[in-house]
Amino acid sequence: MKRVLASLFSASVMAMALVPSVQAEEPKKGGTLTMAIQQTPRHLNPAVQSGTATGAPGAQLFAAPLRYDENWDPQPYLAESWKLSDDSLSMTLNLVKTATFHDGAPITSEDVKFSVETIKANHPFKTMFAPVESVETPDAHTAILKLSQPHPALMLAMSSQLMPIIPKHVYGDGQDPKAHPQNSENVVGSGPFKLVEYVRDQHIILERNEDFFMEGRPYLDKIVMRIIKDASARTIGLENGELDLVAFENNVRNINRLKKVDSLVVSSDGYAAIGPIDWLAFNTKKGKTADKAVRQAIAYAVDKNFILKAIMLGAAEQANAPIHPGSPLSDNSVNAYDLDIEKANKLLDDAGYAKGDDDMRFELTVDYGWPALKPQAEYVKAALKKIGIAASVRASADFPTWAKRISNYDFDLTWDTVFNWGDPVIGVHRTYQSTNIKEGVIWSNTQQYENARVDELLEMAGKENDPAKRKELYAEFQAIVAEELPVYWTNTLPYHTISSTSVGNPPRGIWSTSSPLDRVYLK
Amino acid sequence: MNLLLPFLQRIFYAAMLLVAVLILNFSMLHLAPGDIADTIAQASGGANTEMMAQIRNDYGLDQPFIVQLVQYVGKVLTFDLGYSFFYNQPVTTLIFEKLPATLLLVITAQILALVLGVFLGVFSARNPKGIVSYLVTFIALFGYAAPVFWTGILLLIAFSLKIQLFPVAGMIDVTIEGGWFVKALDIARHMVLPVLTLSSIFLALYSRLCRASMMEVLGSDYIRTAKAKGLSERQITYKHALKNSLSPVVTLAGLQFSAVVSGAVLVETVFSWPGLGTLALQSIIARDTPTILGILFFSALVVIVGNLITDLVLRLIDPRVGKSS
Repeated sequence: MKRVLASLFSASVMAMALVPSVQAEEPKKGGTLTMAIQQTPRHLNPAVQSGTATGAPGAQLFAAPLRYDENWDPQPYLAESWKLSDDSLSMTLNLVKTATFHDGAPITSEDVKFSVETIKANHPFKTMFAPVESVETPDAHTAILKLSQPHPALMLAMSSQLMPIIPKHVYGDGQDPKAHPQNSENVVGSGPFKLVEYVRDQHIILERNEDFFMEGRPYLDKIVMRIIKDASARTIGLENGELDLVAFENNVRNINRLKKVDSLVVSSDGYAAIGPIDWLAFNTKKGKTADKAVRQAIAYAVDKNFILKAIMLGAAEQANAPIHPGSPLSDNSVNAYDLDIEKANKLLDDAGYAKGDDDMRFELTVDYGWPALKPQAEYVKAALKKIGIAASVRASADFPTWAKRISNYDFDLTWDTVFNWGDPVIGVHRTYQSTNIKEGVIWSNTQQYENARVDELLEMAGKENDPAKRKELYAEFQAIVAEELPVYWTNTLPYHTISSTSVGNPPRGIWSTSSPLDRVYLK
Repeated sequence: MNLLLPFLQRIFYAAMLLVAVLILNFSMLHLAPGDIADTIAQASGGANTEMMAQIRNDYGLDQPFIVQLVQYVGKVLTFDLGYSFFYNQPVTTLIFEKLPATLLLVITAQILALVLGVFLGVFSARNPKGIVSYLVTFIALFGYAAPVFWTGILLLIAFSLKIQLFPVAGMIDVTIEGGWFVKALDIARHMVLPVLTLSSIFLALYSRLCRASMMEVLGSDYIRTAKAKGLSERQITYKHALKNSLSPVVTLAGLQFSAVVSGAVLVETVFSWPGLGTLALQSIIARDTPTILGILFFSALVVIVGNLITDLVLRLIDPRVGKSS
């Protein structure tokens, strides 16, 4: 009997194995995708509000000149073709001629010009379009971005997250674009989905743009983005089928739990351009951490493996360098500072920090920006005790409290998570350039790190259009900072996308859900 | 007149109290390091000096403290709670947008807790040594002692995941189509778990208080008289004893009205209930000062008015209250 059952079972397994080949078919049209987002966006216009909270709905509402696949290769989007001049000083975009805004008006080069100018004036990432001196519009479907210097970062800056094309006839009416009433309601976009309604703290409902310029897209009829801030509620919603998709999930316990659910697909792909890295930052100007030997000793004493295994529970990737390991420009082969207590002690002894009667050398404080980083801070305290550093963990009541301390250089060590935002020029340079030591501004060079060679390398890499040469320049930069350690990188933030098995083409490109979801469908 | 004069006096004090609350809240929030420019930088994933200065200039945060305070208090006195930094919307609009959801949740939970609490209180007062009485006390105290977010998550795991009876978050399924009845039914379905969670805190309060005052009343002379008259146990309990022992419970319920804002924050967060609690949490996280101040002002107003009304009602019911003071 047992044998009969077993053979019946294996026969049915074989039969099931044959089925999926049939499923790899044409994407189906129609249906409503219900997803959860973790944060309430201030409004829905990514041209004047940076960040992924606005980025996810923004990329559905507004199209950009380019889009990217999972291999960092640019694909035509609103620009059907593009060309960089031989002197690398002008970028010509040829726009799709049939493209229209949600109100029916054609999308022209004037709108591209207006969008670039609005973003340049209002977006916090100044380096993104700083070299763009002007936008020429020889005809309605040709826009030429004139550059003051070669600017390879422009390619990634032309993605949905950073360069939404907004209508001039709506947002150029003289009102402050940051406070424009049509940023949250009656949004007139250019993207695959139109806004039905945005109810703050509740949901964003999007419906298919029937006149979208890409033939046959989007596949979905509707996207409902529910704002659910509680991680447990999101987890249960995915498990019981109420939610089809959650992106940017970084609660490792929940992620690991959901990996065991058969009806769900859990993936860490899709966050390379966003590029979030957890790191331990040092005050390089004040106190004991101004000494390179102390920073290196701390790095040898803080075990990345422990963080990856015990705190990240295997859900995050190791990071050794300032550029996200998913980026082609990253050099993760630099010194990783594998755990070596002996070496750490020797570094401190040699630097003249002798142990006192209590077996301690000196005291330090460890800050952390938000509650999710607290375990790392507690761990550093324990790890540093082993090399005779008495560290105390300093909590901050909330983000502004911490930001104030760090950006006014009132700290020794702090845990932080910083995003790469595509090209290193946008999200990496800011942490290491001596010109970006800006008091009172969080996520500037708050380490006050200064190195003339690093400044020079970053400037050269920022305008080097040859990918191989650029990679070389960044490799040298990464080797220097890994040696001098203004910050000690430990791991990528464990962002994951969790989707129901019924979701086809879940977002896996380098910008996750901050890219158009026009290819997503329901099986 | 006798009744009105002290009442007018109390209104005057209440108004003074409100102004004091306003000044105190504003000053305390001002003491906290950092401001909205930092949280906007956080939401944006970065910032620069010009942008931070621009935000502070836009919202008048670069003005001296005393100027900001005077401007704010002056505005509130003309019933203008200002604009939310985070949403660029009038704070009054935000509060009244969220108020119905919170009222629905809190009032339903209060009524449930009150009815159930009085019933359980009476029951255990009649049989104070019975096993059921101990069980009621245990359950009530457990509900009171357990952190409300924990109760909420447990209920979610039990009734949204293991037995998929109720939805996990929100107030209504936005994809639902149908008339008002279908929608009302859907809201009711979404309400069950948050209401149960929220009422678990109040249940202990009401049942314990009702039990105590019931036992006190049951021992008094007129109950003995009623017993001597030969009235049934039922009549004595519900007609004579309960009426008299309810007044402390009602007073407490009146005072608990402040829970319109405070008690619901955690429950609303766990269940993503779109009420004032969610707004309060969001504005605190974003350091959206006008919204925080607006909600605090509004809740102070609710508490003060609630107390005034409770006081007035008690004076009307029980003549002793006015005389003793």
